[in-house]
Amino acid sequence: MLGVIGTVPDLKFPLTCGPVRLIDGHLNINGLNVSVNRGTPALLAGALKATESINGSEIYAFLVGDIGKGAGSRELYQFLERHLSEFEFKALAFHYIQPDVDLFTKVLFALDTMKRRPVLIADAGFMYAAKMSGQAACFDFFTPDVGELAFLADEMAPHPFYTRGFILHQNDNVPDLIQRAYKHQNAATYLLVKSISDYLGHGGQVLERVDYPSFEAMEAIGGTGDTLTGLLTVLCGADFKLTDAAVLAAKANRWTGYYANPSPATQVIELIETIPQSLAKVMDQYHKEKTHG
Amino acid sequence: MIGFFKKKKSVQDKKGHGASADCGIMVFENTSDVIHAETVLKNSGWAIRVMGPPPEIRSGCDLVIEFPLIEELSLLRELNKANIKPLSVVPVTAPLLAPVDLFHTKDFGDYLMVRAANMKITVEKKGLKIVNISGGGCPDVPYLAHEMVEKTVAEAPRPRDLGHTLCGYALELAYEELCRIC
Repeated sequence: MLGVIGTVPDLKFPLTCGPVRLIDGHLNINGLNVSVNRGTPALLAGALKATESINGSEIYAFLVGDIGKGAGSRELYQFLERHLSEFEFKALAFHYIQPDVDLFTKVLFALDTMKRRPVLIADAGFMYAAKMSGQAACFDFFTPDVGELAFLADEMAPHPFYTRGFILHQNDNVPDLIQRAYKHQNAATYLLVKSISDYLGHGGQVLERVDYPSFEAMEAIGGTGDTLTGLLTVLCGADFKLTDAAVLAAKANRWTGYYANPSPATQVIELIETIPQSLAKVMDQYHKEKTHG
Repeated sequence: MIGFFKKKKSVQDKKGHGASADCGIMVFENTSDVIHAETVLKNSGWAIRVMGPPPEIRSGCDLVIEFPLIEELSLLRELNKANIKPLSVVPVTAPLLAPVDLFHTKDFGDYLMVRAANMKITVEKKGLKIVNISGGGCPDVPYLAHEMVEKTVAEAPRPRDLGHTLCGYALELAYEELCRIC
């Protein structure tokens, strides 16, 4: 089973956990419907499409409504602190949440009580909290975009909002930002960076660069980072080597652009619909390369 | 009346020099209160600045308001009228973090994207319809996107009116830059 933790932009949505389904373009969890826009619902929809395509593991979500006021996030942190030990996941993705260092640290302690340590992936608010608390190295993956990578590279910044200008200026130099993030221990074991070219970083070095196919418009589309994290979660849970899972996720995410022919006005749901084709394409390439060397 | 305006001018002069040794910070319960307080104080002509808190009082997603200490009582009175109460007021003892002030603009032909920190807003040039909002990691981002996308810049609510976090505030800065250049 795969786990996803995050928020939905509806103040009335109660704290809930359970298996998630994608029915007629809406997420369904415990009888509650969630529309698929950006954020954690986009991650979940992308992951559900992907796991269906490869006959992968079931996806179990922990969700709460929060529109930025933080009350829902705090309830979710506290629930995780009390109950994570009852669950077993192959991979666990931490996503949109109000960053809170104290509550985040308690969740980290709860992770140690799980029967089996899942592959730990952090993105969005959870990634911010992990960096801010100095606990980045506890995670297997961070999945920043290039703006968030600059934040990870700035050892002084507690949030991307405070990233210093001289680091933001280096936006085009992803390898240097990766190196700097590792130098100050602000990176997970692997960094999967979404940018014009996607990068897989490890130990301060670039292991892989993925730049085909390339669609400039995808930078403007809200939710493409969320689908990347969803694809990564599913592939990590499908027993691929972690580096292979990351490269496949990056490639599949880029191929959604090929099939959706995006403009800057395209919405992420249009890309999510193409995940089965995109994943089939990259899996086919992967198996051919494995077979023929 | 003349004296009233003189007083405000003196605050602005003080701020213009950028010194913070004689400054204090107001700490609030959450970012929404900071944004509210900033609106009230700026609308009244006070030249305060929104800044990052010092490390000892950071909890995760914070902003504080920096102001000249000598004006503390006047500012508190102003906030009190608007029913906003800071949790505490303390002197500045070390340099504060400044919010991002660097913007990236990308021209896609029919569309224009502006990025501030981790937040991006994209509009269709013709008609200024907001077509996408991306980036960010705080829970108000998907909410703001839901409320703003598919509306024109004139119709959409401002991020500062609906946002509650630093990501929401960064989107406000991108939005302001977009309004400035369009």
